Amino acid sequence: MPVLNVIQAVNDALRTEMRRDPSVVVMGEDVGRFGGVFRATQGLHDEFGADRVIDTPLAEGGIVGTAVGMALYGLRPVPEIQFADFIFPAMDQIVNEVAKYRYRSGGQYACPMVIRSPYGGGIRGGHYHSQSPEAHFVHTPGLKVVVPSNPYDAKGLLISAIRDPDPVLFFEPKRVYRAAKGEVPEGEYEIPLGQAKVTREGGQVTVLAWGAMWHEADQAVREAAEAGVDCELLDLRSLQPLDVEAIERSVKKTGRAVIVHEAPRTCGFGAELSALIQERCFLSLEAPITRVTGFDTPFPYTLEAEYLPRAPRILRAIREVAAF
Amino acid sequence: MRREIHESFVRRNGHDVHGEELTPFSQRPAAHRPEKEFPLERVLADDGSADLARSHLPQERLLPLYRLMVLNRALDERMIQLQRQGRIGFYIGSIGEEATVLGAAEGMAPQDWIFPCYREHGAAILRGLPLAKFLCDLLGNAGDLMEGHQMPCHEAFRPGRFASISSPIATQIPQAVGAGWAARIKKDDMVPLVYFGEGATSANDFHTGLNFAGVRKVPVVFVCRNNGWAISVPRERQTAAVTFAEKALAYGMKGERVDGNDLLAVYEATRLARARAAAGEGPTLIECVTYRMEGHSTSDDPRVYRPAELVDPWRKKDPILRLKGHLVWRGLLSESEDAAIRDAVAAEIQAALREAEALPSKPPLESLFDGVYAQPLWQQREQLEELRSAVAADPRVARLRGEG
Repeated sequence: MPVLNVIQAVNDALRTEMRRDPSVVVMGEDVGRFGGVFRATQGLHDEFGADRVIDTPLAEGGIVGTAVGMALYGLRPVPEIQFADFIFPAMDQIVNEVAKYRYRSGGQYACPMVIRSPYGGGIRGGHYHSQSPEAHFVHTPGLKVVVPSNPYDAKGLLISAIRDPDPVLFFEPKRVYRAAKGEVPEGEYEIPLGQAKVTREGGQVTVLAWGAMWHEADQAVREAAEAGVDCELLDLRSLQPLDVEAIERSVKKTGRAVIVHEAPRTCGFGAELSALIQERCFLSLEAPITRVTGFDTPFPYTLEAEYLPRAPRILRAIREVAAF
Repeated sequence: MRREIHESFVRRNGHDVHGEELTPFSQRPAAHRPEKEFPLERVLADDGSADLARSHLPQERLLPLYRLMVLNRALDERMIQLQRQGRIGFYIGSIGEEATVLGAAEGMAPQDWIFPCYREHGAAILRGLPLAKFLCDLLGNAGDLMEGHQMPCHEAFRPGRFASISSPIATQIPQAVGAGWAARIKKDDMVPLVYFGEGATSANDFHTGLNFAGVRKVPVVFVCRNNGWAISVPRERQTAAVTFAEKALAYGMKGERVDGNDLLAVYEATRLARARAAAGEGPTLIECVTYRMEGHSTSDDPRVYRPAELVDPWRKKDPILRLKGHLVWRGLLSESEDAAIRDAVAAEIQAALREAEALPSKPPLESLFDGVYAQPLWQQREQLEELRSAVAADPRVARLRGEG
């Protein structure tokens, strides 16, 4: 089985779906001849031509807005937003149009599409090449939000997202774009949206993470194990739909939960997870639900190691929660 | 130097550095004088006469379109009354703009999609939206195609290829471009028509939509309903440009400026724009110069910001009177026939209203959660049960304060 990194897995998923379904088109800034600034669409222009691998003018609102029309007319667009930080000019189209089109037309129309975007920090990108905006979109009914952490999931989830009847925000962890490698089957396979993966079973503390932060959490739970704390780690993979049952099952077993995300803490998705755990596992809880997150600041440039919720901070939280 | 070489390459070959076709620079206009280059095109003269060599609207379509304009006007007037009576919550219509709305829709082919703003109810009716269904939308009742999800006048009608309406301004413009682009990729003969007001030309999506369409020569017809007002702001405060049509130049597309109260002129401009788009000659921006005779919507009172003297001259230019004069000039309509049309239209509205108001005033409870996703997620399922149980426990949950 070939070993791919996340970018190659994304590329493989796009190619697989474009070969299978002529309605799939890729569009965005620099995605065509150049193959994308991260090379995620490399080679697609040569194989599928300029009609299906479209270099657009530089306007995110226009990219998503035209994708809406394409989706309404029966194509399956996969627009790329070059960095998640640049998605905000498209917010009106995403929040007011893409998310609501089916609902507002009473189900007469739908505009399924997958908006792909590299997200997250740790690459010396400062405010505008580092943000993790997933919570904005989970907070918008009508959208699905998927965040893979590794190549195998990236391919299977992206294929599922492209085939999904609803619009999907697909955030790719650019910090581990090349670093995360793994075996990826050739050809098509789907990983259903809304299924968390238990990547480590354990009995003492549940750790919830997704995307690039799964790797930090994984390191932290390994170090915790060495220190005698037996953690269960869940890679949520999809934030909407959310596998709330897997979370509930795990926390009812451990009685303790640590939530990790790199977006700012206040109103981050960890707040929702914390509320859900409290509502569903109240009588099982042995310690306060604890969040290890980015801080309530813009994403910093120089002090990004300090800002990111990396393994040492996660480990510290695990130990405090375990000892509570 | 590098740039000069690049541009001379483009000029010489009409292709970009990758060999893809570009609009040749020679076809791109230089400095211009807007009033001369974008004269107000008219077909109907003030006395009702017309140069019939310039009108390709089939004669048998004249009376049906006239009837639709009369219906559109009567509907708007009646719905404003209904809103004042508290029977519907809101209304936004097109009084004075009927020729622009209907002339443009008529200029397209039946398979063409229409991306409306929110004043083009006439175009939806032209495309077959039953009047009673439209009234159900206004009532948000059990017969509403939108299942009570949207406020009044935000209808969608898929069988008529009439897209869904949203309140944010100009969002439908890039969407129409995307649909036209998709049709070209699928090799379909489909050219979308997109309506927007002159206020929308200030918005991001106007720029991105026209820019994308210009760069890619996307088949699409842009109709700017310049009705002079964006709520309280006059057109002079939307743009420093002399006309809206001239904005087409900067996007590398054809611009047209027509008398928006002249059904034949609007039809003609749209028909030609559609033909050019279908022939691969790219998009057209058509500015229809008309006037918003009433408030922005029933929530607006234009007397606060607009002196009546500004409106009065437009009463003589009423698009329905203009077309009526033409029909009389051609011997197609008498006063008694006109009166019969008006009576029939009033009766049709009354019957549709009776039909719509006979339906339950609300769609079923579960419709609140329908269509958020193709299939409800656990949140919608749980919350529906939560709501059902709350309504059962206390019926006041289903009533806003002050409602019966």
